[in-house]
Amino acid sequence: MDRIEHSVIDSLLQALQSRGYVTIGPTARNGAIVCDEIHSASDLPIGITDEQSPATYRLKSGNNHLSFGYVLSPVSWKRFLVPPVLTLFKAVKTSDGFRITNETSAPDTPPQPRKLAFIGVRPCDLQALTLLDKVFLGDRYTDPYYKAQREQLFLIVVNCTKAGGTCFCGSMGTGPTAKAGYDIALTEMDRKEGAFFLIDSGSEKGAEVMRELDRRKAAPEEILAADEASVRTRASMGRTLETDHLKEILADNPEHPRWDVVAGRCLTCANCTMVCPTCFCSTVEDVTDLTGKNVERVRKWDSCFTMDFSYIHGGSVRATPKSRYRQWVTHKLSSWVDQYGDFGCVGCGRCITWCPVGIDITEEACAIRENHQTVLPHP
Amino acid sequence: MNTLTVEHPMIPKPYRVQSLRQETLDTFTVELSSINGTSELPFNPGQFNMLYMVGIGEIPISISGNPDEPRTLVHTTRSVGTVTKAMRKLRRGDVIGVRGPFGTNWPVDLVQGSDVVFVAGGIGLAPLRPAMYRVLSHREKFGKVVLLYGTRSPADILYRKELEHWRARFDLEVYVTVDRALRPWRGNVGVVTNLISKSPFDPMSAVAMVCGPEVMMRFTVLELQKRGLVNSSIYLSMERNMKCGIGLCGHCQFGPEFVCRDGPVFSYDRVKDLLAKWEI
Repeated sequence: MDRIEHSVIDSLLQALQSRGYVTIGPTARNGAIVCDEIHSASDLPIGITDEQSPATYRLKSGNNHLSFGYVLSPVSWKRFLVPPVLTLFKAVKTSDGFRITNETSAPDTPPQPRKLAFIGVRPCDLQALTLLDKVFLGDRYTDPYYKAQREQLFLIVVNCTKAGGTCFCGSMGTGPTAKAGYDIALTEMDRKEGAFFLIDSGSEKGAEVMRELDRRKAAPEEILAADEASVRTRASMGRTLETDHLKEILADNPEHPRWDVVAGRCLTCANCTMVCPTCFCSTVEDVTDLTGKNVERVRKWDSCFTMDFSYIHGGSVRATPKSRYRQWVTHKLSSWVDQYGDFGCVGCGRCITWCPVGIDITEEACAIRENHQTVLPHP
Repeated sequence: MNTLTVEHPMIPKPYRVQSLRQETLDTFTVELSSINGTSELPFNPGQFNMLYMVGIGEIPISISGNPDEPRTLVHTTRSVGTVTKAMRKLRRGDVIGVRGPFGTNWPVDLVQGSDVVFVAGGIGLAPLRPAMYRVLSHREKFGKVVLLYGTRSPADILYRKELEHWRARFDLEVYVTVDRALRPWRGNVGVVTNLISKSPFDPMSAVAMVCGPEVMMRFTVLELQKRGLVNSSIYLSMERNMKCGIGLCGHCQFGPEFVCRDGPVFSYDRVKDLLAKWEI
């Protein structure tokens, strides 16, 4: 574990840029922290913090000079691996059928997979990438765009030293400190004399970049302070989600009265699925020009909260808001385990912050757990 | 350049329409072949393809042709949506896109020596037909073979000539029933589940393959159980919305199952708990 000064972040960005990476990181824009291309450390949201609670998000001026003093951006990293709109192919109708073309794309469509360095991935979001890997890099079918982009990532995690208003990563075992899966991990330490970072590498690629930076060995008390910050962050998390037997309890209680209660509040607006770092569902659409001859087939993010999502001839399978909310929560916290061996929720809390009526997944899961009809094995 | 240039599982291959014929008032069958006319697209009975009308959309349709004739892809569907209505207007020589085949198959090869009971409701006969062909081409390897078919009215009977031909065979039992009929109809009237109690198969050895509306399959299972069939001898083909066919779009989820990848054919054992729940 080493220590770098705050000013070294620019060298880190330059080291990545000189290796051909486009550096993507947090920056404050339009009243929110978004993830976009950053050129230097001055693009980071220095001295800005965020306030999050159910249905509430706002930026505030922090009383420090931290670069990562905010907790979590509404934008998760999935958009770089699973673009919200992706052209699958273009086709031209011909006198004898159609021809798939690879003509120049419109300027507003997403780019080809390229070397991207993510700066400031939170531990929960790192786990989200691991979960998406299992979805898109499966044994039987692979998403070529995801695979190509995933292979060109450089991941810089920034561990959390402060819990946000809707966080529960401690319950999901994904944070506040990342264990593996990154190239470089940073922990930003706030000190009266100025902030600094603890830095560690998690891969050969990361170690190679790290060697280029002006750094010194971290003092034992600095490492201890970071460990304490992690413990403090976990302890100060306002929410918990009891995961013991949760998979069985949710699967076995589709008619629990609580589903009706939450359906009375849920607007089925799909916000939770859009901000969720693991929601991966998509639909496909054909877009044609006015002649109808030039066709673009696009894949777009979709949500299980819409009626169309489950439509088959005769009607939607999940016609009621109750069944759609239940589908989402049950997928995240139950059937995801069957499908991919882990919960599909990383405890980032975005769905709670961005739900316009402040529905809280931890509260709903807890309510189902009370009075559930599942026979659990004795301990 | 954002267009994917690599071999992409979402990019369809062109197939040429060989024929299109109306089956009933609202169903039709389209036969396709590869552009060069000779490439084969092997499939197993019960699998489906994603059929793509350029500029309109793509839909999953079960394969209903003979698996021993893989040069011709046969699809029977009902013209009810945007894509199928456009498909209905295809003519010989037109080109459409095909991806597939996808999904699991009827366990025809696993059940040799058993009696086989096919139970079809409406258009559910189409995904069962390849399994019928497979059984009939190896008829000596199976016990009794029974087809129970229920449809709305006599005018809705699918593959009528073929059913009549099958019914004339001495090694095959074919029973047809309709929900409602006018006076000239002399056949059975009532739901297909009524046929199960009296049909001639040995419940100890029989394997049932069922396809139809979900409600029909639920009641069919009940009747089959009454006859003594065990859950592991009953197979169903499920239907869900599908956009990709490869388990990546999330639409076809049925509890933990991706119907496109883990189904559409499931052992009843595997899905019985899910079928007992509403709006899953």
